[in-house]
Amino acid sequence: MMNRRNFLKIGVSALAFGIAGSGKALATEDFAGNPDRLGMLSDTTRCIGCRRCEAACNKANNLPPPKKSFEDTSVFEEKRRPYVADVQSYTAVNRYTVDGKTVYRKVQCMHCDEPACVSACPVAAMKKSKEGPVVWDEKLCIGCRYCIVACPFYVPAFDYSSAFDPRIQKCFMCYKRISEGLVPACAEACPVEAITFGKRSDLIKTAKLRVWGEPDKYIDHVFGEEEAGGTGWLYISGVPFSELDFPMDVGTTSYPKLTKDFLSMVNITLVSWPALLGGFYLMHHKAHNEKSDKEGDKQ
Amino acid sequence: MNEFAGEYTEKHIYQEKEQTGSEIITYWIRDKLFMGLTFKEYFKSLITPLNVVAGLIVLAGAYLIAMRFLFRLSEVTESSNEQPWGLFLSWGLFIGVPFSASGFVIGTAVYIFGLKKYQPIVKNAILLGFLGYLFAVIFLMIDLGRPWRIYYPMIISFGTASIMFLVAWHVSLYLSVQLLEFSPSALAWLGARKLRKVAVGMTLMLTVFGVMLSTLHQAALSGMFLLAPGKLHPLWYTSYLPWLAFISAIGAAIALMIVVTKLSQVFLRERADEHYLSNLDNITLGLGKAASFVLFTYVGLRLISVTHESAWKYINTPFGHWFLVEITILGILPFLFYYGVQKKNVGIVQVSAALTMVGIIMNRLNISLIAFNWQLPNRELFYWKEFVVVIAVVTIEIIVYRWVVNRMPVLRQHPDYIGDEH
Ligand code: SF4
Ligand code: SF4
Repeated sequence: MMNRRNFLKIGVSALAFGIAGSGKALATEDFAGNPDRLGMLSDTTRCIGCRRCEAACNKANNLPPPKKSFEDTSVFEEKRRPYVADVQSYTAVNRYTVDGKTVYRKVQCMHCDEPACVSACPVAAMKKSKEGPVVWDEKLCIGCRYCIVACPFYVPAFDYSSAFDPRIQKCFMCYKRISEGLVPACAEACPVEAITFGKRSDLIKTAKLRVWGEPDKYIDHVFGEEEAGGTGWLYISGVPFSELDFPMDVGTTSYPKLTKDFLSMVNITLVSWPALLGGFYLMHHKAHNEKSDKEGDKQ
Repeated sequence: MNEFAGEYTEKHIYQEKEQTGSEIITYWIRDKLFMGLTFKEYFKSLITPLNVVAGLIVLAGAYLIAMRFLFRLSEVTESSNEQPWGLFLSWGLFIGVPFSASGFVIGTAVYIFGLKKYQPIVKNAILLGFLGYLFAVIFLMIDLGRPWRIYYPMIISFGTASIMFLVAWHVSLYLSVQLLEFSPSALAWLGARKLRKVAVGMTLMLTVFGVMLSTLHQAALSGMFLLAPGKLHPLWYTSYLPWLAFISAIGAAIALMIVVTKLSQVFLRERADEHYLSNLDNITLGLGKAASFVLFTYVGLRLISVTHESAWKYINTPFGHWFLVEITILGILPFLFYYGVQKKNVGIVQVSAALTMVGIIMNRLNISLIAFNWQLPNRELFYWKEFVVVIAVVTIEIIVYRWVVNRMPVLRQHPDYIGDEH
C-alpha cells in the first residue's frame, strides 16, 4: 500500500534516475570533432573506371577473391553496392552515362562527421575515431544491425552467412594503414589521382580550388561538405550528383540530431510520471478513504 | 495438503494416511503440474488433435531455429543488407511489444486510477504482457547476429546516444517488473503466503515503475526509425513516430484485452470463476469506450503528422494506396467502437477490437518491413521459413499461456486469497 512515506521514496528515486539520466543527454551534445580529422576526396571527373582501387582494397583487407576479376568491365552493367548479396567488397566503382559522357563513381562508407551508424549502435561498437575513419569493434558488436538500418548511404553490411562470427563490413578508411603512417590502399593505387587522402579541412580547400579554377568543368558543389551534417569522404563532379545515384534526400542535419529531442525527453518523463501518477493515486485513494469513513460513521 | 486445496481436492485419494516423503513429492507434482491427475492420465489428456498439430508446428520451427544457430541467419530468413530487419523483429518486437502494453494499461487503470471495475482482468493482462515481452526477447535472440552477447548493452558497453540502448534497458527492466507484478498469482499457486504478501505490497510501486518504463520504450520502439528518414516511406516517417507509437500501443493493448477476454470466455471457461465471467460484458463495453477515444486521438495525430511532413503528394502511388488501406481501417474504428458502446452491443465492440489488432499489426509491419527501404528495388519481404518459425514461436507462447492459466489463479481468484487482492 502506498502511504506518504513510500510516495516520497518513489519520488526521490525517480529524481536520482533523472539525474543519472542527464548524463545521457550530455552524450548527445553537439559535435566538435577533431579539427585535424582525416578524409578523402573523390574527383569523378578524373576517375577512368580502372577498378584498381577495388583490387587494392580487396588485397589490403584480405577479402575473398571476387567472382569476376577486377579487369572485367562487364560488372559495370549493374549498379553495384559494395555489399550486394553478401559481403564481397568494401567499395565498388559504378559507371554512368550522363548526356553521352561516361562518368565513374566510387562507392564506399562516407565516414560521416556525426555518423548515423554510431548514434545507432547500442553498444558503441561503431565509433568515429579521433583520426577520422569510422571504425567498428568486433569485440563489442552484438549483431543487431541497427547501424545498417540507420546509415543514410546504405553502407554497412552484415555477414548473414556466418553463424558464429558475423562481422559488420564496410570501408574503414584503412584505419590500420593510417595508424602506421600509410595512405589508404585505394588512394595509393589510383593511377590518375582521382582519390586524394588528407586532412578534411585541407581537402575542402582543394575541392573548392578545383571547382572554382574550372567552373565549366565542375558542378559548384562539394558533396559531403554539409550532407548529413558533413562527411569525411567528399566528392566533386562534372555532372549533377543526382545523376550518379547520390542520395539527394539526406539533408544537412546531422543524424544524431534526429533522435536527440526524443532522448532528452527521457529525463522529463522519468521524473514527471511518478509525480503525476502518485498524485492521481493519492487523489482517488483519499476520496475513497473519506467515503468509507463517512460510511463508517453512518453505521 | 489442505492448504492448497482449491478445486482439485477430490482427487486426493490417500488423504488420511500418513505420507512418506516420496508421496508428498508425488502429490505435489500431481497437484501442481499434472492438475491433479496421475502422470499417465495427464499424458493421455494431452493427446488431442489440436495438441498434435501444435506439436508438429513447434517441431518444424525448432528444426529451423536449430538450422539458424548451427549454420547461418540467411539459412532461414530473407534478411539481407537491403532488409536488415526481417519478420522476426517485425513480429516479435515491433508488433509483439505494443500488444504487450496490456499489463501496463490495465494495471494503471486498476491500481493507480482505482478503476476497480477492471480488477477481474488485470492478472490476465499482466500475464499477457509478461509473456509478450518474454517472447519479444526470444525473437530478438533468434535474430541477433551474436545472441550470446545480448547482455552487452547492460554491462559491457554503453551506446548512450542510441535509442536501441534505451529500448534494451527498458525492456529488460520491464520484463523483471512484470515478472514481479505477476508473482502474486504464481505464489498463490505455490502456496507461499508470506512471500506473496510482500509481492502484493509492491504492486503500486511496480505499477508506477512500469508506466515510466513503458511510456518510454513503447515510444522508443518506433523512435528507432527516427534515424531513417528517406529510408522509411514519407507516409510513415514522421517526427511524431514516438508519440504515435505510444498512443497506438494503448489502443493495441485494449484491443488485445477485448479479444482475449472473448476467447477466454469460450476456450478457458472452466479455468475462470463467476467473478471473472459475470463481469466481462461490462468490462468489454468499458474498454470499447476507451479504445474509441484512444484510436480517435491516434488517427487524428496521424493525419496531422502526414500533413506536417507534407507527404500527401505520395497518396496516388502504390505505397499511397497501401497507406489508405491502413488508415481507413484504423480510421473507422473509433466510430465503430463508439457505435458498439452506444448500442451496448458487446459483439460489435469485439469485432472492432479484432479489426484494431489487424490495423495495428499492419501499421507496425509497414513501418518495420514493408515501407522500409522503399526506394530499393526487388526486396523480398520474408521467406516461408521465417513464417514457420514465427508461427511455431507463437504456438509455444500460447502453450505456455495455457499452461499457466490452467494452474495459477489468473482468470479466477484463488479461494484462499479472496479479498486479499490489493
Ligand atoms: S556512411 Fe553510413 S556507415 Fe559510413 S559513417 Fe556514415 S552512417 Fe556510418
Ligand atoms: S550490428 Fe554491431 S555495430 Fe551495428 S549497431 Fe548493432 S552492435 Fe553496433
